[in-house]
Amino acid sequence: MTSARNESRRPHLQQLGEWWNSLPRTRQWLVLIPVVLLIYALPVLNPPILSTEPGTNFPIACFNAARFALIALGLNVVVGQAGLLDLGYVGFFAVGAYVAALFTSPDSALAKLPYLVTLPLAMVITMFFGVVLGTPTLRLRGDYLAIVTLGFGEIVRLLATIVPPLKGQVGFQEVGHPPGRLPDGSLIFASSNGTPWYWLVVTLTIAMLMLVGNLERSRVGRAWVAIREDEDAAQIMGVPTFKFKLWAFAIGAAIGGLSGALFAGEVGFVNNQKFDVPTSVLFLAAVVLGGSGNKVGVLLGAFVVSYVPDRFTELANYKYLIFGLALIILMIFRPQGLLGARQRLLAKGREAYQRLIGRPEQVSSESALAAESAKGVGA
Amino acid sequence: MSQETGLQEVPDEAGEEHVQVEGGIVAELERMTPEERAEHEAEVAEVVAPDREIAVGFGETLLELREVTVRFGGLVALDAVSFGIRRGEILGLIGPNGAGKTTCFNAMTGVYRPTSGQVLLEDRPLGRRKRHQITRLGIARTFQNIRLFGEMTALENVVVGTDARHRTSVLGALLRGPRHRREEAEAVERAMALLEFVGIADRAADKARNLPYGYQRRLEIARALATEPKLLCLDEPAAGFNPAEKEQLMGLIRKIRDDGYTVLLIEHDMRLVMGVTDRIVVLEFGKKIAEGLPAEIRDNPAVIAAYLGVPDDGAA
Ligand SMILES: Nc1ncnc2c1ncn2[C@@H]1O[C@H](COP(=O)(O)OP(=O)(O)O)[C@@H](O)[C@H]1O
Ligand SMILES: [Mg+2]
Repeated sequence: MTSARNESRRPHLQQLGEWWNSLPRTRQWLVLIPVVLLIYALPVLNPPILSTEPGTNFPIACFNAARFALIALGLNVVVGQAGLLDLGYVGFFAVGAYVAALFTSPDSALAKLPYLVTLPLAMVITMFFGVVLGTPTLRLRGDYLAIVTLGFGEIVRLLATIVPPLKGQVGFQEVGHPPGRLPDGSLIFASSNGTPWYWLVVTLTIAMLMLVGNLERSRVGRAWVAIREDEDAAQIMGVPTFKFKLWAFAIGAAIGGLSGALFAGEVGFVNNQKFDVPTSVLFLAAVVLGGSGNKVGVLLGAFVVSYVPDRFTELANYKYLIFGLALIILMIFRPQGLLGARQRLLAKGREAYQRLIGRPEQVSSESALAAESAKGVGA
Repeated sequence: MSQETGLQEVPDEAGEEHVQVEGGIVAELERMTPEERAEHEAEVAEVVAPDREIAVGFGETLLELREVTVRFGGLVALDAVSFGIRRGEILGLIGPNGAGKTTCFNAMTGVYRPTSGQVLLEDRPLGRRKRHQITRLGIARTFQNIRLFGEMTALENVVVGTDARHRTSVLGALLRGPRHRREEAEAVERAMALLEFVGIADRAADKARNLPYGYQRRLEIARALATEPKLLCLDEPAAGFNPAEKEQLMGLIRKIRDDGYTVLLIEHDMRLVMGVTDRIVVLEFGKKIAEGLPAEIRDNPAVIAAYLGVPDDGAA
């Protein structure tokens, strides 16, 4: 039964992947540019089939989805690429949000900085936290690492509650935002106006997507995947595993911090209430749902995880139940996620495969999975 | 680089696919005359050959085990084993199952630290060096139970091996700096040559876990060679092969040695070991019981006793 189901769905995805793979790079851009423009235009178009209104303001829903996409992208570096199960990712998100709040809110005693300066600052500081957390813990493997990171997420939240300058539940009002006013004198980046915020996050997400892509197609990305696949073998093949795990942690943390600072700016208010373990798990769900290790996949997963509760507000209270069930079903029928993990790990890969064997590399894991399940049925 | 290897030049511009010869190098090879093919193979071997400084001359001791003991709790897996590997030779390491052959590899590559004793590479003790540092010093290995990076393509697996010699930093990769681009291009070139060298180039683009068993074994060898080792350690590379495949693999091992590598070979099948090795070390219950030329080992009563009643790999 399962294989029949797989079989019926396989050709479409696989064909799509192979078609995309066979396009020359210029042609890929020709397809990509209209898609990107459409993504930018989304909150303005507010297409009726996608619209989340009246339940949720559509531009805000778009902003939330984009924010989730950025988070998923960062978490994917840690979980999807390097294979390090991080259950405390919300901790980095929180640190980023607090950095933005502490340096821009009038409620904070610290010196004020322009909001846009706090974005790179948040990345640097969370990166530092990533290194501090990673240095002692990345010697642990698997379950132990998951437990320690879970603890880290909780510690950050508890510190926000206990340490007086972090103001616990009272929090920080009037967190900063990028400058600029419309001709009528109102703020461009107002909390009520999701569209400019959405554009800002989409732009940053695309930038991060390209930078992470550069890493993926380099010895860094290969080291990460090698560690994920077989850490001992990676070491013996000359990969300094600890160093590259630490880098994965630091880079993932920086992206988490960036999204935290963006979140703080848009909402305009930060307190200790939004950084709990379930949120962390929701981030992880986005990654696993979409296809851990696949950049496009995790963006899709993030969209689903963020969009569904905004669109179907009556279901929002059951979102953990729904995503839990969805994940269980997914793990049974499609354990690699909606889009399986297949990253390109060579900067010159296309040309190389073309030159050597006259065809592109194998993109999907589909055929292998089908072969396995067929064997399973046969046995 | 590509001129040297005779590999076809490809314009970097988009639309490159249309300039391509159908089937790439692998298909082209089929169409070559025997002379052209021999020439191409010589070029591939040239790219694969080691071009690094090696401190010891041909025939001198490259790696030495001195009184190496490895203990697992009460079990003595290696008991004060000493032997040397000379540069340029194929040394066979044989012994019945559980004799401690793999443990010997593990002690040499930093997987386990010897309980006592030393491993010296070019007269310098490995000491407490990390595994990846030992690889960079020049010891590479394959695994008895294949341990490839299953989700990577064959080519990517080999490029991970070449990365052992790369120096691109995270920042350099992030910004695609000149060193990154140079190393990537060189790595792919060398990795493709390695795949051709071990004879699996036709499946370069397949994920490692989808490769046939024989290809996986050869890919392990290519990946280890990619780290540019001074010493290549092969742990039962012919396990599970039929006699014809074993013969082919031994041919490959000879070719590797002729290309300038030193090889340490674990193999269960006595007949095969006799044919390919220059010298042989025999282990039994963690102790070295004999060392010498294949002919001496064949007639050594202790070795015959150790192997009596032990079925060889083909029968197992
Ligand atoms: N990690 C380990 N822990 C405990 N015992 C081990 C370990 N690795 C190997 N041994 C034992 O050491 C002995 C030698 O094993 P090994 O080196 O794998 O033999 P072989 O010559 O067949 O490769 C065996 O008795 C094996 O059970
Ligand atoms: Mg063994």
